[in-house]
Amino acid sequence: MGLKLNRGQILMTETTTLDVPVSQGDEDKYLLKLGPQHPATHGVLRVDIELDGETIIDCDPQVGYLHRGFEKLAEHRTYAQNIVLTDRLDYIAAMANNVGYCEAVEKLLAIDVPDRAKYLRVMVCEMSRLTGHLLWLATHALDIGAMTVFLYAFRERETLLELFAELCGSRLTTTYTRLGGVRQDVTHELMRKLEKFVDEFPACIEEYETLIDTNRIWLKRTIGVGTISGEKAVDLCLTGASLRGSGVDYDVRKHMPYAAYDKLDFEIPLGETGDTYARYRCRMEEMRQSNFILRQCIEQLPPGPIVGDDAPDLVMPAKPGRKVEVDTPARKALIKLIDDRDVYMEGDVYVATEVPKGELGFYFISDGMGRPYRMHIRSPSFIHIGALATMGKGVMVADLIAIIGTLDVVLGECDR
Amino acid sequence: MGKMNNDLVQIKDGIKYIPGASAIVGPLNKIINWGRAGSIWPATFGLACCAIEMMVAGAATNDLDRFGIIFRASPRQADCLILAGTITKKMAPVVRRVYDQMPEPRYVLAMGSCACSGGVFDTYSVVQGGDEFLPVDVYIPGCPPRPEALLEGLMKLQEKIMQEQGRWSQFA
Amino acid sequence: MEPIRIAEKLQEQFQGAVLGIVEHRGQISVLVDRDVIFDIISFLRNDYKMNHLNCLCGVDNLKRVASHHERFEVVYQLYSIENRTSLRIKAQVPESDPSVDSITSLWTGANWLERETYDLVGIKFNNHPNLKRVLTPDDWEGHPLRKEYPLRGDTEWAGLIELKKKAIQLQQFDFHGAQTEQGADSDD
Repeated sequence: MGLKLNRGQILMTETTTLDVPVSQGDEDKYLLKLGPQHPATHGVLRVDIELDGETIIDCDPQVGYLHRGFEKLAEHRTYAQNIVLTDRLDYIAAMANNVGYCEAVEKLLAIDVPDRAKYLRVMVCEMSRLTGHLLWLATHALDIGAMTVFLYAFRERETLLELFAELCGSRLTTTYTRLGGVRQDVTHELMRKLEKFVDEFPACIEEYETLIDTNRIWLKRTIGVGTISGEKAVDLCLTGASLRGSGVDYDVRKHMPYAAYDKLDFEIPLGETGDTYARYRCRMEEMRQSNFILRQCIEQLPPGPIVGDDAPDLVMPAKPGRKVEVDTPARKALIKLIDDRDVYMEGDVYVATEVPKGELGFYFISDGMGRPYRMHIRSPSFIHIGALATMGKGVMVADLIAIIGTLDVVLGECDR
Repeated sequence: MGKMNNDLVQIKDGIKYIPGASAIVGPLNKIINWGRAGSIWPATFGLACCAIEMMVAGAATNDLDRFGIIFRASPRQADCLILAGTITKKMAPVVRRVYDQMPEPRYVLAMGSCACSGGVFDTYSVVQGGDEFLPVDVYIPGCPPRPEALLEGLMKLQEKIMQEQGRWSQFA
Repeated sequence: MEPIRIAEKLQEQFQGAVLGIVEHRGQISVLVDRDVIFDIISFLRNDYKMNHLNCLCGVDNLKRVASHHERFEVVYQLYSIENRTSLRIKAQVPESDPSVDSITSLWTGANWLERETYDLVGIKFNNHPNLKRVLTPDDWEGHPLRKEYPLRGDTEWAGLIELKKKAIQLQQFDFHGAQTEQGADSDD
């Protein structure tokens, strides 16, 4: 549905320079509102585009259709209660969000995490990176017109989700981490299933690549589409594979290692050209690296407790056999109830983690109480959609869909 | 062709199939309901987390197609709206507009706690349940419900459709 | 270079404008006056290669215990991809005039972050190309992340009231079928 826009006056002045291929007169400009109910916008994104024929002159993404007030709500709940909210941020890779949140709170409250829990966190993080990338691949290919990839990718994704369900009882909204550790230890059976998956998965990646890697339609729709240089990507504050596709070596796992990433061996794949195809290659290689990390986790998983002794156990009752020290500051918090001041230290931290979409940062301000005074979420999707305004200018409508896909956005995290 | 069999085969309550004749007999409203219940076409309309489980339900493992449930991109071709996720205040008018574009008879499924009651998001920007501005037929609890739960919800909707009378005209 | 050295350098370079240096869990924050925020950030970006803007957000200090803060704060988290150092700058913004200079000319990506801060906390950014609400609807009242704003909001958004009215109006066109009027051949 198009709205006629009278832009004749402006056009007359623009055509004074002859190299601008805009014809004079009453050419029709259209204002097209793509979304929020549109199958290719990955949720409830609306993009207002101004069209000249099929070329986009101006692109203005509209978000906020899923703004649920996370940051306000978090100020009214305790640190431990907020873990459950982080599942609903990036619901495609909830585990990575759980880990990001807990890493930040642990830094703020100075809580130690045992080694085994660190490895388990890396393990679930990488599993959720796989689920995230598989969903990205499925929907991105679906948008561009390759239906089969969707069915193939969901097959492996389903295996991973069932493993999540076995590990923590839920497929999407996991709430697996706790402050100071994780909720549940892995069973032998689960590890065996995971090992089987890790063995089989590289063949699956090859299968996806057989489908689209040299597919002519895929190549024409991705090579040279949405190209951004490394400098421009940094200027747009892009992170994750969207940044690395342009050749900028920035991965939080290497730059500011958290959990057990400093003990593991993996590489960061970098693209060169910075177009949609380079980002696609980056993510495919990332899946291989994730698989490699998973294998190392399985081999190196150290024995020991999964929750630290001084963890503030504000939600779950203390487990039998677990040593409870009354003197730790966090334990005092439990006794003195959560609203007493002087329990936690006043201060603020910013902790970033690498989720499938990019850099997920949590900025916390504590004023000494059991609830965050202010929680700001630096969500990669929000910034990526902001970049869409720049990247979407001067391209075709069909390419805009490819660019939305390649930026890998999820609206739950974007709007918060 | 073949031997005529006088025994009618009951395929659904009140609807009988005449073997060999490629015909069914039964009250008109029941036949219409039977056809309608076997071809629920929901609009592709994901709102939040539950949309991912809705996609899973449509993908290979669960495969909604075998129930005649095929997702349509346009609300004008759909007869069921699945509210899959949190409805925010900014989104609510859009949801209502999508619903208004659907032709009668139309049904609404509220999938997940957020669409049923607002869920954990009791905040300034979230509508506390889709039924504040839409007539909801089936509520599916869960956060998010498993794909199987969505299937159960769709089967409940089929049951509801089978019991209807006169939703189409005064005769059927 | 250590972040604390950079902070000290800032103190030297912008005398009087740096109000304090705070360390918490190994992270350095520099409290600065809002008038020089653009200069400080472009100085860090050019001289210390702080080329990645991690995070930009607004904070309402209304209920905070420490009394030396102004009412609002804009927090900039900067990171140098080459040198792997990070630094946090906090611009103090008074309640009487909640505005601060925009850094959109340094990072295009700051555009939306500043819009979000304006939307949720109500801090205005001077020289911003497109300062309007981004997450809440355009005609929303109030700024949700201010401390006096209740969790469930104080006034209902006009759009929702209108929608509910419309929903009641449209009920009359609903097709109810014969369950209610069995036998009565109405409803043409």
